[in-house]
Amino acid sequence: MEQPIYLLLENGSWFQGKHFGAPACPAMGEVVFTTAMTGYLETLTDPSYYGQIVVQTFPLMGNYGVIPQDFESGRPRLTAYIVKEWCQDPSNFRSGGELDTFLKSRGVPGMYGLDTRALTKILRESGVMNGLLTTQAPPYGEGELAALRAYRVRDAVRAVSRAQPEEFSPQAAGPHIVLWDFGAKQNLIRELEARGCRVTAMPASSTAEEILAQRPDGLFLSNGPGDPAENAALVETLKRLLRPTLPMMGVCLGHQLLALAHGAKTEKLPYGHRGANQPVKNLRTGRVSITSQNHGYTVDPGSLPPGAEVSFSNSNDGTCEGIRYRDLPAFSVQFHPEACGGPRDTAYLFDDFLRLVRANRHCGEEREETVCL
Amino acid sequence: MPVKQNLKKVLVVGSGPIVIGQAAEFDYAGTQACRALREEGLNVVLVNSNPATIMTDGAVADEVYVEPLTLESLRRIIRLEKPDGLLSTLGGQTGLTLSMQLAREGFLEQEGVELLGASLETIEKAEDRELFKETMEQIGEPVIPSQVVTSVEDALAFAEQITYPVIVRPAFTLGGTGGGIAANREELREIASNGLRLSPITQILVEKCISGWKEIEFEVMRDGAGNVITVCSMENLDPVGIHTGDSIVAAPALTLADKEYQMLRTAALHIISSLGVEGGCNCQFALDPDSFRYAVIEVNPRVSRSSALASKATGYPIARVAAKIALGLRLDEIDNEITGKTKACFEPALDYVVVKFPKWPFDKFIYAARRLGTQMKATGEVMAIGRSFEQALMKAVRGAELSLDCLAMPKLQKLSAGELREKILAQDDERIFALYEAVRRGVPLEELHRLTMVDHWFLAKLRSLARLEARLAAEPLTRQLYREAKQAGWPDSAVRRISGQEPPEQLPAAYKMVDTCGAEFEAETPYFYSSPGEEDEAGPFRKRRSTGKPVVMVLGSGPIRIGQGIEFDYASVHCVLALKKAGYEAVIVNNNPETVSTDFNTADRLYFDPLTPEDVLRIAEIEKPAGAVVAFGGQTAIKLTKALDQAGIPILGTSADGIDLAEDRGRFDSLLEGLGIERPAGRAVLTLDEALEAARALGYPVLMRPSYVLGGQNMIIAFSDNDIREYMAVILAGNPGCDVLIDKYLMGTEVEVDAVCDGEDVLIPGIMEHIERAGVHSGDSIAVYPAWNLSRDRTDQLVRYSRRLALALGVKGLVNIQYVIHEGKIYVIEANPRSSRTIPYISKVTGIPLVELAVRAMLGEKLRDMGYGTGLASPAPYFAVKVPVFSFEKLHGVDTQLGPEMKSTGEVLGVAPTMQEALYKGLTAAGYRIRTDKGLLVTVRDSDKPEIAPIAAAFSDLGCPLYATEGTAAVLREAGLKVSVVKKMHQSEEENTMTLLESGKIGCILSTSAKGRFPLRDSVRLRRKAVELGIPCLTSLDTAAALASILERRFRPEDLEPIDISKQMRRPHAGKG
Repeated sequence: MEQPIYLLLENGSWFQGKHFGAPACPAMGEVVFTTAMTGYLETLTDPSYYGQIVVQTFPLMGNYGVIPQDFESGRPRLTAYIVKEWCQDPSNFRSGGELDTFLKSRGVPGMYGLDTRALTKILRESGVMNGLLTTQAPPYGEGELAALRAYRVRDAVRAVSRAQPEEFSPQAAGPHIVLWDFGAKQNLIRELEARGCRVTAMPASSTAEEILAQRPDGLFLSNGPGDPAENAALVETLKRLLRPTLPMMGVCLGHQLLALAHGAKTEKLPYGHRGANQPVKNLRTGRVSITSQNHGYTVDPGSLPPGAEVSFSNSNDGTCEGIRYRDLPAFSVQFHPEACGGPRDTAYLFDDFLRLVRANRHCGEEREETVCL
Repeated sequence: MPVKQNLKKVLVVGSGPIVIGQAAEFDYAGTQACRALREEGLNVVLVNSNPATIMTDGAVADEVYVEPLTLESLRRIIRLEKPDGLLSTLGGQTGLTLSMQLAREGFLEQEGVELLGASLETIEKAEDRELFKETMEQIGEPVIPSQVVTSVEDALAFAEQITYPVIVRPAFTLGGTGGGIAANREELREIASNGLRLSPITQILVEKCISGWKEIEFEVMRDGAGNVITVCSMENLDPVGIHTGDSIVAAPALTLADKEYQMLRTAALHIISSLGVEGGCNCQFALDPDSFRYAVIEVNPRVSRSSALASKATGYPIARVAAKIALGLRLDEIDNEITGKTKACFEPALDYVVVKFPKWPFDKFIYAARRLGTQMKATGEVMAIGRSFEQALMKAVRGAELSLDCLAMPKLQKLSAGELREKILAQDDERIFALYEAVRRGVPLEELHRLTMVDHWFLAKLRSLARLEARLAAEPLTRQLYREAKQAGWPDSAVRRISGQEPPEQLPAAYKMVDTCGAEFEAETPYFYSSPGEEDEAGPFRKRRSTGKPVVMVLGSGPIRIGQGIEFDYASVHCVLALKKAGYEAVIVNNNPETVSTDFNTADRLYFDPLTPEDVLRIAEIEKPAGAVVAFGGQTAIKLTKALDQAGIPILGTSADGIDLAEDRGRFDSLLEGLGIERPAGRAVLTLDEALEAARALGYPVLMRPSYVLGGQNMIIAFSDNDIREYMAVILAGNPGCDVLIDKYLMGTEVEVDAVCDGEDVLIPGIMEHIERAGVHSGDSIAVYPAWNLSRDRTDQLVRYSRRLALALGVKGLVNIQYVIHEGKIYVIEANPRSSRTIPYISKVTGIPLVELAVRAMLGEKLRDMGYGTGLASPAPYFAVKVPVFSFEKLHGVDTQLGPEMKSTGEVLGVAPTMQEALYKGLTAAGYRIRTDKGLLVTVRDSDKPEIAPIAAAFSDLGCPLYATEGTAAVLREAGLKVSVVKKMHQSEEENTMTLLESGKIGCILSTSAKGRFPLRDSVRLRRKAVELGIPCLTSLDTAAALASILERRFRPEDLEPIDISKQMRRPHAGKG
């Protein structure tokens, strides 16, 4: 019989479940939920979940086993993984094993067999909370709760960004894109490669000079974990890179950092947007697309400088989902056009970026004007 | 984008009678759509020949035409009503095809009617096999190698090229009628010729068979601005090769990695965008389990059975949204009624698993071919929601009313290993149970996968259930084990039986909400499913939203099956509405995803759970109802009476004892005796000898049936000792020790009465008289309202009897009484103190809201205060003729001869000022097309011969050449008729009745035989052949005589006025009635 395991939330409520995965208890993290029904491998390996305990609202996880080709980074960065049920007999022609073994091998503790819907409702109603995965049975004292309340995800970007620059498709004839890695999902790189780009992924700690030294045709600001406002130094570096000759596209954290570099503010959402079914509206065309999302913070549109305009908004809660910069060849989106997991409906944004890059590369030679989106 | 300015009045075309492949889902979709249209201020004109539907209610549409769904009748209605638009995508294949034809012939344009929902081009691209393939190839979506052919020779030639096996799919047929898989030339020859004949455009598709690939469906939506979303993905447990309507289906898709899921989702959105659909669309894919290869199987640019399932599975109202899109609204302008906070432009996220399980008619048709294939055979389905696949599957199985409470099927346990393997390979309706039995015996999953191609994932789930069953049988029933069993879906009854132990605790009743968003937003949907051992949301919801009104629980009728159809959903929905109107909170329990009753906004709260005593009583723990209503949910609900009564839940309306009084033969007999009302003499027997003795004493013919009545199953008329021997063997084989009832069979006029009784008074809306004499099941008879052949005295006597009987049974609410008038005397055949099959029909044609009055009577109101009077109501100003509709072409091996066992799947209504016209309309609506330029073949049993001459003469007068078998021919010749003699099959191999049918010379056949049923009998083979060839086959002299009488009138469709029945609703009189 599996050992019982408990999830204690900072409001004092707790859940009992069963343990799977690595025995790394106790594990403390920010408890968040995602409503995506497929794509658990992408979720597990998405560096943006750094420091978080991820709850899957769809009850059956691990159905198609573990497929390394679908990973979005080298290893899971989340603190712990909570599901209603994990599949002991996965089935897929690409499957290389089941979740339990995988989580054990990657040091991620897991919990299952609890009422994940009840847990989700608490997070929805009280907002995101810190939680502790522990084998210690209740009752819990004020000490544990105080420690929980004090917990913060810190230095997240530094923890997940690559340490060394890395080149992808070095022989590609297309534009050279520098992907500034704040915890990038692999599919950002795949999408750029698929469009003929040569991609250089640079560590988050790179300086403006280091980035410019790469002579990029475009700069891609990746997704990543944590509180965007925590990255003050990064934002300063980014400010120095803003220029009419360097087209930029930002995704998720990259989007938030670009806004911060323009003097805008970010704020925390009550319980974030995590899932594969978020509708966003393109405010220029009126078209609505279904997007993959994973973020706990949002850009306050009221804080945007003139010259920046909201290009996408979330159809559910009206929050800012994208920004277009009128005087710079730059745009960014809060959602994930690279999908993985989730819908690919907004992959066209990579084409938009490439158009921007090509247009500016062309004009850049003539040094005449900047083409903005 | 606002609603299109030019639209003020919209015509909605329904789907017609319930047939296999086109069932209640279109009533659900149509009703939802009509409501959506009226919400936008439009005037809705509805046409549907099916009177049992809710959509044909005056409350749903502004103008209601229960008229034949033919081009001519639609043209007439369009000219009369002058609608601005025609909504084509809500009436199933029937509605779509008719709309397309009207558009194609230019009629719509000429009349200034806009085709809404899907353009002609879109429909043609999706429906025409060749165009569809071309379109898919153009947009780069893979299709299965295939070719459209119009001859058997071309089919054979193409099959050689792509190699066998191949699948044949006829163009424009319902539920794949006439299709099949051919493994060789001979099979293809037969299937192809059949398919070509059934296709209205004589076109079939021959394609490479990809049986064994995963079958995945996506329900997608697109608006006029080009926004596209996916509502739901679905995965068939049964891989490609079994029609999706006959497959066990899970939602969402469960075995696809995100890469596969997104690949197919993207393809679905690509397809709907390329086709330019505005509304809902169903895309079916085949996915190679061993690669990323896939193929588009089919696209339906309309609402469908799958869209109804997807709506119920997710809470997303596809038909409603589709209707609004058709008016020009965008997805992001339409509210998501479930959350009340978000818009319709989003994709539902589920936090549960849904399983759909088909309901097949094989319990009734014991000789039908049960093998499942590309032609759908199920009449209905159940859906179950669970937090795990096991839980959902277990709920689905026990909700399907198969007398099973888990997957272990006792009869399969007796099979040898070889027999079990054969059973699995038979690919029939019981395959899932055979697989479970094999898993129980430890057959490796790999081997089962090889045999069936069912994904390893599903097989592993069966194994986890089997392991739990083994533990229940072997281990002490600890709290832990009990909890695991409950969460895997075992009911207490099964736990007790398997473990032989009492549950150590009772888990508190707990229900989760279906909210479209995986709990991401707070929703106020009153839509729940049980989830033992988890947090309950229904109780708090109830408290939060309490109005303080008393709660009444309405029990629905479960899956659609022969004998228990959409009529009961009509009644359940009206019961809910009446309860709400009377100041109650109405809670409905039902598990049929195709229905209006399971729409989340029908009742105050919906519980989507099986209709078993245990499941229902748990709901009662949460709802604490002041009463329960069992009278509207057919036999399914009636069966729950005892359990509810014992649990102390008051049964509203007729008491449990009253129901028993009507059902228990002994008690009912003494009651009738006391009332001085006669019934056909009869007795109950146990053995063959007793049966023979009883039959001889009563005198042949006699009616035989087992005392447990499962929908008229095994009910036959015996004419001789031999018949008794044969049928006693059949009955006793299945049910040893069971009482068999033998009644004198009276071949008289059958009359049916529905009545409302308040305990003091009785209101009879009308009397229906059957065209066919007693002996044909009332559900299969043509019924005429008002009765046309009853004397004043006889009518008075029927009213007196009905009143006496209703009061004596203590009826509060509805009662249906069937009578036979034999040699001037009235006999009661049976009385059922509940809603009947004829309630929607009689309510609509008399304009009296019977269900509402019944509910009010149940709640204690008196008829005399309701304003509709008492006694027999005055007749309506027209005749209404109900004609049954069958699905014989879908059910191979089923004898079409009508008898005491019901065989029809649906019905249509003909409404007209005279009985002949109404009958003409009804027969037209039912699809009878008699070619009087072709011959009539007559071959009847001896007992029918004395009556055959006048009928044949009528056909002959119309110019039909007569053909008859020897004995019949002699009778006709004697009557002075010219007739060609045909040899019976056993008399000649070269020229016989069968070859005559095949020759194309015959336009109609009249065939009765003393014996039927066994598929190998000549008479049965002849009738089956007629079905296959699409030749009308009459098996009752009365039907034939009626048909002849209207043929004589030589009606033309253009002579008959359409009638708007919504204008016939009666208004209650003020004061006393």
